[in-house]
Amino acid sequence: MQGKAIKYGDNIDTDVIIPARYLNTSDPQELAQHCMEDLDKEFKNKVQEGDILVVGENFGSGSSREHAPIAIKASGISCIIAKSFARIFYRNAINIGLPILECREAVEGIEEGDIVLVDTDNGSIKNLTKGTEFKAQPFPDFIKEIMKYGGLINYVREKV
Amino acid sequence: MGLTLTQKIFSAKVGREVKAGELIEVDVDMVLGNDVTAPVAIKEFEKIGKEVFDKTKIALVPDHFVPNKDIKSAEQVNIVRKFAKKHGIVNFFEVGQMGIEHALLPEKGLVLPGDVVIGADSHTCTYGALTCFSTGIGSTDMAAAMATGKAWFKVPEAIKFVLKGNLQKWVSGKDVILYIIGKIGVDGALYKSMEFTGNIKALSIDDRFTIANMAIEAGAKNGIFDFDEITEAYVKGRAKREYKVFERDENAEYSEVYEINLDEIRPQVAFPHLPENTKNIDEVGKVKIDQVVIGSCTNGRISDMEIAYKILKGKKVHPDVRLLIFPATQEIYLECVKRGYIEEFIKAGAAVSTPTCGPCLGGHMGILAKGERALATTNRNFVGRMGHPESEVYLSSPAVAAASAIAGYIVSPEEVE
Repeated sequence: MQGKAIKYGDNIDTDVIIPARYLNTSDPQELAQHCMEDLDKEFKNKVQEGDILVVGENFGSGSSREHAPIAIKASGISCIIAKSFARIFYRNAINIGLPILECREAVEGIEEGDIVLVDTDNGSIKNLTKGTEFKAQPFPDFIKEIMKYGGLINYVREKV
Repeated sequence: MGLTLTQKIFSAKVGREVKAGELIEVDVDMVLGNDVTAPVAIKEFEKIGKEVFDKTKIALVPDHFVPNKDIKSAEQVNIVRKFAKKHGIVNFFEVGQMGIEHALLPEKGLVLPGDVVIGADSHTCTYGALTCFSTGIGSTDMAAAMATGKAWFKVPEAIKFVLKGNLQKWVSGKDVILYIIGKIGVDGALYKSMEFTGNIKALSIDDRFTIANMAIEAGAKNGIFDFDEITEAYVKGRAKREYKVFERDENAEYSEVYEINLDEIRPQVAFPHLPENTKNIDEVGKVKIDQVVIGSCTNGRISDMEIAYKILKGKKVHPDVRLLIFPATQEIYLECVKRGYIEEFIKAGAAVSTPTCGPCLGGHMGILAKGERALATTNRNFVGRMGHPESEVYLSSPAVAAASAIAGYIVSPEEVE
């Protein structure tokens, strides 16, 4: 996947990704309308289909609300690269088929607006704007399998 | 090499010794969801096209936007209610019988020592107080588990917290966990298990629930306590099925070990906007507050109500402060009525509410306006957590919260004694 980088800092929690005041719905498009609004009112306008979210430590900390990765995915984000993820967010993203990668160096080496090319199969991240390349740990086979089916539900449906 | 408590529970489930870092699939003893997370799970579950794996091992507790705050939330709860009826879910809790999920499930004996429990709510880690593995997951995990009775996990490494000494007056489990998060940070236990051992007898079961509840605020997968006679006394009379007691191996491997001297802990306050921004009560300074909230899955239990009662009895809430009190379950509420707490709360000028998660996450029943400041016994003080993104939430124990409601600014209970 290839897209323009949108970059934020550390400890971005689920309350910021999708505030609780909008959790009386689970409609992805409605959630996307409010994604990140307490951090960046412009997010909704600047995000384009395929963009890549580049963030710092402990991204997605806090609530188990799957509305957070759902809102990000429905916003058009194709992949998230973080220094580290909070664990529930990590598995929620995998389970709904939103690719995410942990790579400290890549986060430091990508600026907002850079064009980034990601291959989640082998964990390669290329900054096409700066001509640099980074290597994230690729997914373990079990998670690759879930991603291959597009998420946990399709995986379970196939396996059960 | 020996095993940690969590690794012991997982090994028993898998039927062989498991190692940290391994990906495993295990049978779950209870799957939990609420009115925010279950509707998403139900939608995903329907795509699988199966019956639920076990009608007795799923708990559905609409507790976030109830009593329903608006039409949208009423529709969300209705999805859950209809699903529970259709599938004959035994543990569905309607307004009037319900409670905040993490106080309710242990109270009803639905989660027991040795269990593996997953819940589509991050504070599911609360039940680790009962020496079980419990953790928060999302709605899709919940959907898959409702169909298969299984969940996947990466076996965690653990951090050991060895407790020493005893709690000082006015210091409780909330101060202990805020102190620990202040020390290790909000990602200090990321992906790991927090195991509590040593002089755990210094902590009541309610203190342990509070501590395990906030393990997630340090990024942990779960928090878990050793089993002792205090655990046994709590589950006795509640457990309607057999349970299994696990003990850590003496030679278990830990990524870090902390000694926590309980004697040294003073009441703690977490400043906005992260639970790690903790200060000793003596270093807080004069922080004026507009609202105080006592309740939530962290601190809405009977001992929390008792300490609030002791401080508020015969006193008045400061005229510039709104005090909201939320007993966490109907049983706790009734006990407060019987003990005369509610009368004293109301005489003091508090608003007392039926159980709901509402104010904790800025859902309803106590939203903050721009620039307002709340002191709450809840678990998170993120930006916009209780309302306007430019409001502030400070976290404390019920003792500090009750005392501060009287003073009008954040104080130690010693100052209003």
